Amino acid sequence: MNLFTFKGGVHPPYRKEHAKDSQIEIAAVPDQLVVPLVQHIGAPCAPAVEAGGTVKEGQVIGQSDAFVSAPIHAPVSGKVKRIERALHPLGQKVLSVFIEPDGADEKEYLKPLGDTIDQLSSDDMKKRVMEAGIVGLGGATFPSHVKFSPPKDKPIEVLIINGCECEPYLTADYRLMLEKPGDIILGAQMIGKILGAKEIVVAVEDNKPDAFKKFKESDAGKGIRYVLTHTKYPQGGEKMLIKAVLKREVPSGGLPMDVGVVVSNVGTALAVCEAVRDGKPLIDRVLTITGNGIKKPGNYIAKIGTPVSSIIEQSGGTVGTIGKLIVGGPMMGIAQSSYDVPVIKGTSGILLLQDEKYMKEGHLPCIKCSFCVQVCPTQLLPSRLSILAEAEKWELMEQFGVDDCIECGSCSYVCPSKRPIVQLIKTAKLKVRDIKARENK
Amino acid sequence: MGKENSSLILSTSPHIKSRESVRNIMISVIITLLPAVVFSIYQFGIHVLIMYLVSIATCLVSEWVAVRLRKRPFSLYDGSAIITGMLLVMVLPPKFPIYGVILGAVVSIVIGKQIFGGLGYNIFNPALIGRAFLAATYPVFISSWATPRLVFDGITAATPLAGMKFDGIMTPYSAMFFGRIGGSIGETSAVLLIIGAIYLIIKKYIKWRIPLSIFVTVAVLGEIFHLINPSKYPDPLFHLLAGGLMIGALYMATDMVTSPITNRGCIFFGVGIGCLVVVIRLLGGLPEGVMYAILFMNAFVPLINRGTKPRIFGTGEAHEH
Ligand code: SF4
Ligand code: SF4
Repeated sequence: MNLFTFKGGVHPPYRKEHAKDSQIEIAAVPDQLVVPLVQHIGAPCAPAVEAGGTVKEGQVIGQSDAFVSAPIHAPVSGKVKRIERALHPLGQKVLSVFIEPDGADEKEYLKPLGDTIDQLSSDDMKKRVMEAGIVGLGGATFPSHVKFSPPKDKPIEVLIINGCECEPYLTADYRLMLEKPGDIILGAQMIGKILGAKEIVVAVEDNKPDAFKKFKESDAGKGIRYVLTHTKYPQGGEKMLIKAVLKREVPSGGLPMDVGVVVSNVGTALAVCEAVRDGKPLIDRVLTITGNGIKKPGNYIAKIGTPVSSIIEQSGGTVGTIGKLIVGGPMMGIAQSSYDVPVIKGTSGILLLQDEKYMKEGHLPCIKCSFCVQVCPTQLLPSRLSILAEAEKWELMEQFGVDDCIECGSCSYVCPSKRPIVQLIKTAKLKVRDIKARENK
Repeated sequence: MGKENSSLILSTSPHIKSRESVRNIMISVIITLLPAVVFSIYQFGIHVLIMYLVSIATCLVSEWVAVRLRKRPFSLYDGSAIITGMLLVMVLPPKFPIYGVILGAVVSIVIGKQIFGGLGYNIFNPALIGRAFLAATYPVFISSWATPRLVFDGITAATPLAGMKFDGIMTPYSAMFFGRIGGSIGETSAVLLIIGAIYLIIKKYIKWRIPLSIFVTVAVLGEIFHLINPSKYPDPLFHLLAGGLMIGALYMATDMVTSPITNRGCIFFGVGIGCLVVVIRLLGGLPEGVMYAILFMNAFVPLINRGTKPRIFGTGEAHEH
């Protein structure tokens, strides 16, 4: 029994074998890139270029004066065709920059700062993280420089580098850990110095022992602690991971820094390393394309703005009738209406699932089996919440902790009545927010 | 650019679902009940077989009609009506008239379940509602017992509990455990019920805390009474094996819909049932109290759920260190 675990959670079939052994390949640059000006949580960027102009790879094309925001850079050199609203993986249409690559590969990166961490100042590195437009690459896309700026009264003791990748199917982080462990460790040390953290812990689920081994081999006495956590979904959720590794509970409504912790994904650590050492802004990312609906599942490093359809094509096209196209993993990813949505900073995977009966099945009333109660990692009563949502009792749902739900989907996954619990909870959260906003007026 | 593809399904995450389904759960329960059903038919004969068939058929028809009238889909195929039909017969005496079975089955489904809104919404165990109704309507029939085929020598047709209460006769445990006793149709073999329930517990289709806390409570209270006056009160093992406790604790109290959803709630629920069972058996006027104990506690399930809400992650004391 592994001691690094948390209460609740589920064991969905992991299905990582599809793409697990495929080396990271470089995705082809498409004829046109669509780069949305919203790719993070926080203030959207305003375009910094005009239609008709040319851009160099790495040049800023969108920025904002707000602190909670992250600049956006041109992924390739080329011509700005137009700037208009286009479909975003989150479902709405947002202002996007359409770039036609010119193949000239002209670069305009930031100044490399080198990798001698002892000589780098914490402030310089933090500034670099901001300039490079780095956001949480695990999917949350919160601007990293904000996360790395905790208030004075909340000192950070521990930095946890999250290599759990608990979402089934996805293998991008796993490949990164195998192929670039040294860079990840370097990035982790940089983040550790920015935060002034006393300890750095790298956490990997125990179904990836080879990644764990690679880290240990590459470490060479850097004083980082490596832990193998129990393989269980959602082990990679920040709150669950902190509980598993440090036995600390992030208070309800609070953030990891409230318990002296910052959690960063392995992909984010790599991006930090590349931004500081090489001056490379965040213009591409590693993602997995997988599922039973794709011919050759694999892992790619893709330019931000690459349409999903282009990566599908490179992977040999689709197989069978596709029921769902998902950006992200199967437990928390978002179903898409179009193959043209672009890869953005938060895109950890492209999942194609063949049409199956269960996808269209209706649901039954709650039979109070309590399965959902047993698996909820935040110890909510999903059954109760879903029933209250159906009755539109939003205020009561707040008392039942609806805001503490991390939308992990464990409850809907196990429900024998196939109830859309997460969907009901998401709706309720918006309603609760509306009600509160009205009250505060 | 951005053209939508209408064949893509857009439902919310999670996009994968476990294989569990209401139907599978119900079918598992039916299968685990079968050995006890078959044994009871062997013990009491063809009349009991007819009772089962009539009861199940009536439950299915009532369910179909009720669902039709309420214009609801699904439900009939989930198999829960079959379970109600089986359980109803299992808590009736072997010589019960067929028209009574029909009446009980209709009441179980219509009053016990559909009036509340169908599967998932009912508060009381449907089969027990039917049984309670029949106990009130046919008090004579409900307490007339038959002699099973395999019987322990010297035991008359009375049930062990009635023997204990009214005649001071104690039935040997081995007879009760293996089902060589008189009693309701399905309560006569503890061993078959236990085997079935263990399978359901492993599959997590039974909230194990409920039967466990019932058994522990009954045993502890039984022991206390026994110590006070061993000649008047039987020892705990007798309590555990006698009457409807096995079928009640394993298959009726654990009915998913009518039991608590919280772990602590299940323990409260079980302890409550256990206390009531012993109190009714030893101090009340009835020889058999399991059925009423469960129905009584069913009524408190919403309250128990509310009172036993788990501590939400990141709240309360536990996170403050
Ligand atoms: S209620 Fe929220 S946190 Fe709990 S299992 Fe469901 S989605 Fe996860
Ligand atoms: S898993 Fe589904 S059916 Fe079971 S209690 Fe939860 S919501 Fe109800």
